[in-house]
Amino acid sequence: MSAGDVAALGGARLPRLGAVGMALWTVRFLVFGVVVAGIIGTIVKDRYTAAQWFDFVLFGLTIGSIYAQIALGYTMVYGVLRLINFAHGDIMMSGAFAGLFVANPLENSGFLEAHPVLGMAAILAVAMTVSGGIAVLTERIAYRPFRRVRGLAPLICAIGVSFFLEQTFRGFFGSGVKSYPDPSWQRAAFHFGGVEVPRIDVLVMVLALAFMAVLYAIVQRTRMGTAMRAVSEDPEAAALMGIDIDKVVVFTFLLGGAMAGIAGVFYAFLYKQVYFYMGFTPGIKAFGAAVLGGIGNIPGAVLGGFFLGLVESVGPTLVLDGLGIPAPYQLRDVIAYTLLIMVLIFRPEGILGERMARKRA
Amino acid sequence: MKLLRGSIATGLMFGIGGAYLALVGVLMMMQKRPVVFGAFSLGHTALLLLGLGTGAMVARHRESRAVALGLGLLAGLAAALPIALLGLTIATLPLQAIFIAASPALVHMLSFGLAPPQGAAAMLGVGSLAALSGAALAISPPRLRRAVIAGGMAVVVGGVFQELIQLILQYGGPIGAVRDFLYTWQGLRPEGAAALFLAAAAASETLSWLRGTPHAAGADERRRRRFIAAGLALLVLVLMPVLAGAYIGQVLMLVGLYILMGMGLNLEVGLAGLLDLGFVAFFAVGAYTTALLTSQSALALLHLTYWEAMPVAVLTAVVGGMLFGLPVLGVRGDYLAVATLGLGEIVRIIVLSDFAAPLLGGPQGVLDIPKPRIGSLELASPVALFYLTLVCAGVAAFIAWRLENSRLGRAWEALRDDEDVAQALGINLVRSKLLAYGLGAAFAGLAGSIFAVMLGSVYPSSFQLLISINVLALIIVGGMGSLPGVVLGAIALIALPELLREFGDYRYLFYGAVLIVMMRLKPEGLWPSEVRSRELHAAEEPADAGMIPAAERP
Repeated sequence: MSAGDVAALGGARLPRLGAVGMALWTVRFLVFGVVVAGIIGTIVKDRYTAAQWFDFVLFGLTIGSIYAQIALGYTMVYGVLRLINFAHGDIMMSGAFAGLFVANPLENSGFLEAHPVLGMAAILAVAMTVSGGIAVLTERIAYRPFRRVRGLAPLICAIGVSFFLEQTFRGFFGSGVKSYPDPSWQRAAFHFGGVEVPRIDVLVMVLALAFMAVLYAIVQRTRMGTAMRAVSEDPEAAALMGIDIDKVVVFTFLLGGAMAGIAGVFYAFLYKQVYFYMGFTPGIKAFGAAVLGGIGNIPGAVLGGFFLGLVESVGPTLVLDGLGIPAPYQLRDVIAYTLLIMVLIFRPEGILGERMARKRA
Repeated sequence: MKLLRGSIATGLMFGIGGAYLALVGVLMMMQKRPVVFGAFSLGHTALLLLGLGTGAMVARHRESRAVALGLGLLAGLAAALPIALLGLTIATLPLQAIFIAASPALVHMLSFGLAPPQGAAAMLGVGSLAALSGAALAISPPRLRRAVIAGGMAVVVGGVFQELIQLILQYGGPIGAVRDFLYTWQGLRPEGAAALFLAAAAASETLSWLRGTPHAAGADERRRRRFIAAGLALLVLVLMPVLAGAYIGQVLMLVGLYILMGMGLNLEVGLAGLLDLGFVAFFAVGAYTTALLTSQSALALLHLTYWEAMPVAVLTAVVGGMLFGLPVLGVRGDYLAVATLGLGEIVRIIVLSDFAAPLLGGPQGVLDIPKPRIGSLELASPVALFYLTLVCAGVAAFIAWRLENSRLGRAWEALRDDEDVAQALGINLVRSKLLAYGLGAAFAGLAGSIFAVMLGSVYPSSFQLLISINVLALIIVGGMGSLPGVVLGAIALIALPELLREFGDYRYLFYGAVLIVMMRLKPEGLWPSEVRSRELHAAEEPADAGMIPAAERP
């Protein structure tokens, strides 16, 4: 089956389409109509300044870079195991918590204030280690036994892992919201000809891009990365070539988990708070980003993350405000989830169409 | 040597598990509930059980008694080590700044009230003794073992559920005398515990004597027995609220609601194989429809009686279910789970938003929902509402049972096993799937409708994703596709945490653990449907060499 057939599947799946097909087309037109009407409404009302739009876009790209990092974990794990690591968002949460327990003492002692680079390096290193470790542990305990099982069991187990992790952190550290340190060098802003750019946004985005570049290099250049790609291409053939699949899987979880840990720290620095449930929503959204970019496709996941961040940041004002909906920001997540569902329904192979999406739709 | 290492590893695993329970706060929570009042808490029981389990685990299937006991002792030491170390660490380092459960009270519990070093030594001693007993139990003759286990269980159940049991035994005369012998008003007396232990052990002994060899009974006979036992248990449940009052009524009512929802989700997940994580949306639809149709508040659309509103609520849920199912018809497996989760979240966020507030009341929701009436009788008390739930659940169970064996039920099962083959066999996928969503939603809508009158108001925070996970967990525990399993699962996952109130904070931790453990050890559930268990046992043949089943390879 080629990638082209996958696109056709959406239609071929239900041959006596008739009413259903019409309904699906109605959904498309409805969403499209709402979006267009909203945009026109916003343009007509013209309530926002260019600087405000710039803010929306910048924040969208910033949060998008975090989604992209999380999405990488989904995509890589899916690549080698054909499994959706439902608990990936919670692994990101574990990174945020681990970072907090380093960041707090560093901030209190003034170290983070005085040595931003060293401080951040320490926080990120601990976060990466903890969340990478938890990801590997998760794989060992909950996912490995299901390597050869088809059907719902692995997914249900993954849902269980997600809850288990959340509640474990709740039990360990309490259910309250903990605030993240706010060093002064993060609060400052750059000025570009009248436009104010918060420094933390730039920092997060640049660092996220740098880490993603490192990850890409690891996957493309190292022996282990080559093994990973081989396994995701064809696990049987890879095993016959002498690749230790277990090792590759562990490495994949480690890499994805560490990336999620970094994302967790950035997310926490951006919103200045952590709590045990914080990984859920970004996790689901990042999954959407991974599917959007074509699950199993690494550059696709990055692209999908940025796209999703942009849409959910610009969307409330661009679309909902124009429709006259009160407090459009409340519905921000609705936009993200709608995008996710639309992708799952209409283009499960994603924008960059990866052959791995076959059979999933 | 390998044996030694294996036993130590097993012991350490149990010990780390115990340390985890301590750090996550479960142990302290259990510590607050006495088993034998003034003498023995549930927390210590848990530690004891860990020790016993360690010993039993390593001693199982050993030829030589000495080896079994020696390994048990060793594993017990290994198991006590992490816990003792944890106690010492907490006593010396200010860990509570990070781990909120690492309190002085925990140290006190882990060191049995002794100073830290002596306490750690005591923990090692107790651990090895417990494991030794566990090992001894594991290699003792089965009848003795059964009797001891029955006795121990009786004491734990009698002690942990003492409030409930005392509520039930609220009589004078001989029953009162028994109660006063067993319990003070605070909990089980030591002599009561001893009596319970002996009584249960004797009962177990008598039973095994009466039954002769337990495995001689044929499969049919065993099934019949199981159904008789289940019927009796159900009868007790049904009569319980009358005997034990409003609190139990309230708990059982919740169980009833979850059974209703469980049966609904069971149609979708268990029969049709459609993993729906947005199931709570239908529950919300039923609740909000009832609220808007009957409420006395300004948001009400009509002022119907409950009996008029309920069918409308169910119908709305069916329509909602079909509309919900329509767009995701072509989506399968994991993607379906995430898509439905997204749909459910969208519903919740919209209900919560200012956008929908003029219609649905926003975060405050809809208030002033009147209780249902039959003639002049108002079904206001939890017990009365429980019986309403029970009747509804009974009708729903009958429908679900008939559906399971109908043409449609078979079509769902075919669809679950392989969509493409089902389609090739002439099953109308669109119709079957939409009916699964619609009928599943009907059950949830009914539950939501009762839920609305139970609370007297509906608000969005009652309709979290957690409800969907609850329902999913209970059908997994009971066994996917199995009706009695739904009842069993609801009792285990809803009634137990409600009865052990301090459990509340940790119930989702246990749900998560339960999902993982069930999927790994007993994926067919505690009371599997016959088809399911047959399938799973057929699947035990050697699996494919590759990681991906043949069907997925190009």
